[in-house]
Amino acid sequence: MEITELTVHELKEKLKNKELTIEKINKAYIDRINEKEEDVQAFITKLTEQGLESAKKQEWNGELAGIPIGIKDNICTNGIKTTCASKMLENFVSPYDATVIEKINSQGMINLGKLNMDEFAMGGSTEYSYFKKTKNPWDLSRVPGGSSGGSAAAVAANMVPWALGTDTGGSIRQPASFCGVVGLKPTYGLVSRFGVVAFASSLDQVGTFTKDVEDCAILLNVIAGKDEKDTTSVDVGNKDYTKALQKDVKGLKIGVPKEFYGEGINLEVKESLEKAIEKYKEMGAEIEEFSLDIAKYALATYYIIACAEASSNLGRFDGIRYTYRSKNAKTLKEIYKKSRSEGFGAEVKRRIILGTYVLSSGYYDAYYKKAQQVRTLVMNQFNKAFEKYDVIITPTSPTVAFKIGEKSNNPMEMYLADICTVSVNIAGLPGISIPCGVDSQGLPVGMQIIGNRFEEEKILKAAYAYEQETKFREKYKPQFRE
Amino acid sequence: MKVSREEILHIANLAQLELEEQEIEKYQSNLQDILDFANIVNNAPVENLDITIGANEMKNVFRKDEVKIFKNIDGLLKNAPEQEQHMFKIPKVLN
Repeated sequence: MEITELTVHELKEKLKNKELTIEKINKAYIDRINEKEEDVQAFITKLTEQGLESAKKQEWNGELAGIPIGIKDNICTNGIKTTCASKMLENFVSPYDATVIEKINSQGMINLGKLNMDEFAMGGSTEYSYFKKTKNPWDLSRVPGGSSGGSAAAVAANMVPWALGTDTGGSIRQPASFCGVVGLKPTYGLVSRFGVVAFASSLDQVGTFTKDVEDCAILLNVIAGKDEKDTTSVDVGNKDYTKALQKDVKGLKIGVPKEFYGEGINLEVKESLEKAIEKYKEMGAEIEEFSLDIAKYALATYYIIACAEASSNLGRFDGIRYTYRSKNAKTLKEIYKKSRSEGFGAEVKRRIILGTYVLSSGYYDAYYKKAQQVRTLVMNQFNKAFEKYDVIITPTSPTVAFKIGEKSNNPMEMYLADICTVSVNIAGLPGISIPCGVDSQGLPVGMQIIGNRFEEEKILKAAYAYEQETKFREKYKPQFRE
Repeated sequence: MKVSREEILHIANLAQLELEEQEIEKYQSNLQDILDFANIVNNAPVENLDITIGANEMKNVFRKDEVKIFKNIDGLLKNAPEQEQHMFKIPKVLN
């Protein structure tokens, strides 16, 4: 098997047996990046030269030293560009590391590059990047999903063994689903957001893209933990998430919310999920259908809250501190207005306008306050469900990867693609997407497993058991179809 | 609720954005579509429910108010379009 096809736990095994060296591993990944980047366009900043230099010096420590990684370009990396895929931050070089980057670095991992995304993480296809459109490695005429499309595509194309992304309304799970990899959005508060460029602070969370569920648990062990620099982070003690990886799901109670399988869900996606649920039943899990009639309310609530928070968070881009300043501005007021109007792309401006509108006097009660009440409703419904079930299973996305250009001019249609994922962020829950099959065109279908707050172990266990039983990676591979 | 052209201009001004003519029309129609959809929150069964502002229940997380020196001042200021004597530079605001 090619080095770049191995998972991280397999790489570790080969380092241990001295079959591979850190330099050899990194060399293989860098060659792969050089071979595939022209097709996939996953990177905004390649760090392959520095990466190779570090690899030559790095000694293996029995753990993750020397293992390459890719980072979504909204996570701050000291001395390296962090652009958020925006013209506004095209030349921004972060003066410090995000806490998750400090954790990655303290392991001795090697960052091979900053990965493409929708501008400021706003979008579901990575088409809203200022710099380039990332392609789906399964079919290059299709989107990789978004907003962490570069991270998902890079892992699917074996250009990095794993990557970090962020998820505000599905931005890890949906691209993981479209690209046939494993994507985890941890519970709100499990991972520090310090140094992650804020989009919607009450919803944002850093998470992982990996080739399999075991790697997911390994990387979660690295990034989880309370951080005094993020007051919303939570101390859950020292957990080893790899201990949750058990194949036995006998007696596991799985809730299947019927509203997530109805209108708007592609038939082949639905069939794929039904087969997966049947498989769980064979494996001894207890399946029960129930009603969770919140998806539409949750989507509306998500766009109100996320845009409201974004309009405030993006206020800091004023043409004074963060690189871009309009050349046509003379007065201070003009610097603000012209720099923002020229520096932000169309989708970002659309969301700032919506967010400003719902927060403005006269509309605050009708939209923003109402949305916050719906947020309570969504949380209550999930709380009730988790009194009965260990995990909840839904499709990750209503469709498989769509064509480039198919939805980019219709904002409402793009927003509807988030219908299965946003309620998880609204309620602050953990959710994982794992591949559960392919459709008739050979495109991967993602299954979302949702857990109660800080119960990552349960979703990892359910995901691992299914993965070991079905072996998706052995059966299907991206074909880079033109 | 109908979104008027004047409202779009008012909102853009609050958000410190300057819109071109075709953008005004586009955002007016986009905002209308999104609000028509978002209006569904007004049909949600939320009577007597409190509002939720965050995804976890923590509030008032206190820490000591201590000065910590950020060392990489040059790295920070290098991102400013204009700077002078370790300060961000802006045009004159008083005449």
